[in-house]
Amino acid sequence: MLRFILRRIFLEAIPTLLVLVTVTFFLIRLAPGGPFSSEMNVPPEVKAAIEAKYRMDQSLSMQYLSYLADLAQGDLGPSFKYKDFTVNELVNKAVPVSFKLGIVAFIIALIFGVGAGVAAALKQNSWIDYSVMGVAMVGVVLPNFVLAPMLALVFAVWLKVLPAGGWEGGQFTFMILPVAVLCKHYISVIARITRGSMIEVLGSPFIRTARAKGLPMHYILRRHALKPALLPVVSYLGPAFVGIITGSVVVETFFGIPGIGQLFINGALNRDYSMVLGLTILIGTLMITFNAIVDILYGFIDPRIRIK
Amino acid sequence: MRYLFTISVAALALTFNCQAAEVPPGTKLHATQHIVIGNGAEPATLDPGRVQGRPESNLTVELFEGLVSQDANGKVIGGVAEKWESKEGGKVWLFTLRKNAKWSDGSPVTAGDFEYGFKRMVDPKFASDYSWYLGKASNVINGTAIVEGKKPPSELGVKALNDTTLQFTLEKPVAYLVSTLIHGSLMPIPRKVVEKFGDKWTDPANIVGNGPFKLSERVVNERIVMVRNPHYWNNAKTVIEQLTVLPINNQSAEYQRYRANAIDVTADGGVPSEQVAQIRKEVPNELTLWPQLGTYYYTFNVKVKPFDDVRVRRALSLAINRDVITQQILSTGETSAYSMTPGIADGYKAIRHDWEAQTQAQRDLEAKKLLADAGYGPGKPLKFPLLYNTNEQHKKIALAVASMWKRVGPVEVELVNQEWKTFLDTRNRGDYAVTRGAWIADYNEASTMIDLFHSKHGSNDGKYNNPAYDEVIDKAKITLDPAERMKLYQDAERILAQDFPAAFMYHYSNRRMIKPWVKGYGKNPQGRIQARDLYIIAH
Repeated sequence: MLRFILRRIFLEAIPTLLVLVTVTFFLIRLAPGGPFSSEMNVPPEVKAAIEAKYRMDQSLSMQYLSYLADLAQGDLGPSFKYKDFTVNELVNKAVPVSFKLGIVAFIIALIFGVGAGVAAALKQNSWIDYSVMGVAMVGVVLPNFVLAPMLALVFAVWLKVLPAGGWEGGQFTFMILPVAVLCKHYISVIARITRGSMIEVLGSPFIRTARAKGLPMHYILRRHALKPALLPVVSYLGPAFVGIITGSVVVETFFGIPGIGQLFINGALNRDYSMVLGLTILIGTLMITFNAIVDILYGFIDPRIRIK
Repeated sequence: MRYLFTISVAALALTFNCQAAEVPPGTKLHATQHIVIGNGAEPATLDPGRVQGRPESNLTVELFEGLVSQDANGKVIGGVAEKWESKEGGKVWLFTLRKNAKWSDGSPVTAGDFEYGFKRMVDPKFASDYSWYLGKASNVINGTAIVEGKKPPSELGVKALNDTTLQFTLEKPVAYLVSTLIHGSLMPIPRKVVEKFGDKWTDPANIVGNGPFKLSERVVNERIVMVRNPHYWNNAKTVIEQLTVLPINNQSAEYQRYRANAIDVTADGGVPSEQVAQIRKEVPNELTLWPQLGTYYYTFNVKVKPFDDVRVRRALSLAINRDVITQQILSTGETSAYSMTPGIADGYKAIRHDWEAQTQAQRDLEAKKLLADAGYGPGKPLKFPLLYNTNEQHKKIALAVASMWKRVGPVEVELVNQEWKTFLDTRNRGDYAVTRGAWIADYNEASTMIDLFHSKHGSNDGKYNNPAYDEVIDKAKITLDPAERMKLYQDAERILAQDFPAAFMYHYSNRRMIKPWVKGYGKNPQGRIQARDLYIIAH
């Protein structure tokens, strides 16, 4: 296990992150327009002073090396846009917000997704199956930028029972609509994957044997069917979890939630180089970590692929 | 000298104007005076010296107070300065500060705090976006030389003679100096606090301001909460207890929260254009529109063919039917523009060009002739790209204008839209034929608008260069008599109407949604709404 983790970190995670940082570093600088281009052209001397302040007067390779040196110490640099903060400060404030929203949405998606998927698989081709799959299809197709204003219109403007936006430190009522929008897509996908693999598992010889032995269905499900049926779901969960906790740009922007998603979109639009780089590294690290966790989880679910 | 005397007297008179919420007697106020206002975007900073634009100055004017301020209708009134006078023919100005002006920690606001703040801002090392302002707009002596690194910041022509007297020395006499000083960056700065906390001085825990409100909470991308500052010299006249500012840049999201009664006043421009018809039907009285000091136009790149030919520029400008744009496409209080400077600019009267009086059919006829004279006709179409930043409204206008141009000749326009920063980059490089442009006033005086086409102006994107024009502008800026100055500005507009460096299309409007229980706001042409002027009636 230790060898697995070490190998993961040194042979895979660090080189992958390094490539990611390098590509992002140069790619964002290739984008036309810089962090300090604005409608009002400042005098060249001021522009030079601003650039010097953010080390943009140095050669690109020097900028890259000093960025890596700072990064090695965990310093993501000053934000190019939000002058009162460093990237570390902004990210540290935004991460708990996106995590709280994401984890709640993730747990709900998991429970309802797996539940609906199993129900549909057990009653294959019944009205339950059709309605679950129908709703799931709508869930996948309906974009968040349509659902979010729709829910806000109904629950905040018409019924006046929920706030139309804001976060207020993550109070319960402020979380309901964003969580609903955020988990919608994941419930649908998880339900579809679960149904597919459950149908396959239920048709396999060892389940037939169990049924022939007269075991009750709930016992078969729990004891024999669920684990193998969840394998494809688990492999989807790694990236899905990262996606859901690193914030949804649409949900956060529409509901005014101070999370990573808003930082990311504003960072890209403002050409806030250090912000975009910092968040790319954060998301990259999470992605690698959760993929590793998924690999370990596989082993628990299916001994055949247990890590040695 | 006569008019200089008038200026000082007028200034003294101004200070007696209202500078706080004026609640008419008998008004029943709401029990909780909390107000929520949209801001359009997250401010890049709360440090006045680093202000970049509206999202920041909207807040600095609540947290701080400059020498002068604006009343609800945008009129310049005394702020920390009680009165001011000019000497030496308008080259030296003395501001007398009120003795009861205090910082939010209770210490007095002194002339030295202004001197420190202004010198900090022009220091090139401080790298402020508005470092050029004191030198270029206010004409403070050495302002520009300091920014260019040719002189140390200590040489700036701003000096505290004692705790309550601040002296400005200008490069040349400027009659409208006081108007320029309303800018959101020109605030006193609490030196001790800045030196103690460095860049962290704007944190809610550290910040000390001298405005009607003080910062109590800041969550980036969610909200900024301010409460009234008991040490503000005019605190007795403030009615609002708590001001919450929301940085929502999605207009329909902001409007949704407005409808849910979570916002009382939307950001400036905070009226989603695609919902205007519905708003007019449902809440017409809350849609609040008034003219803005700003102009929307298409700039011609005079350095490239065929736009070096004034006939082409004139033809294209004449062929634009402004009324269709303002009344049918926009319809939210914008007015058709034929000149750069809006007629509402303080002390300015717009002139009417000959072609402005013509009907569109007559203009089209002349445009046709001009294009034909310039050599465009069947077999030789006028082809060029039209650049604008990605936005539905800009697209609608571009499509309409392209079709108007098509009516007067074989004009084939290719619409090119680019994301904002990319667009700025392309435009700055001069890599365009015709581009969308817009300019919003920094202060309420014609020079802030008309100066844009001066060959030395940093944002003269079309690189228009007419020495005669520069001369008129330079002369206007140092002309002290307001009537004479206005005539010069009008002359400048006449030159623009001959040379057509740009096709002016409309003057902006201020657009906001305001709840019926919010009172006390006026029609500030710069769109500023300050919470110290507001109050909420019982509802």
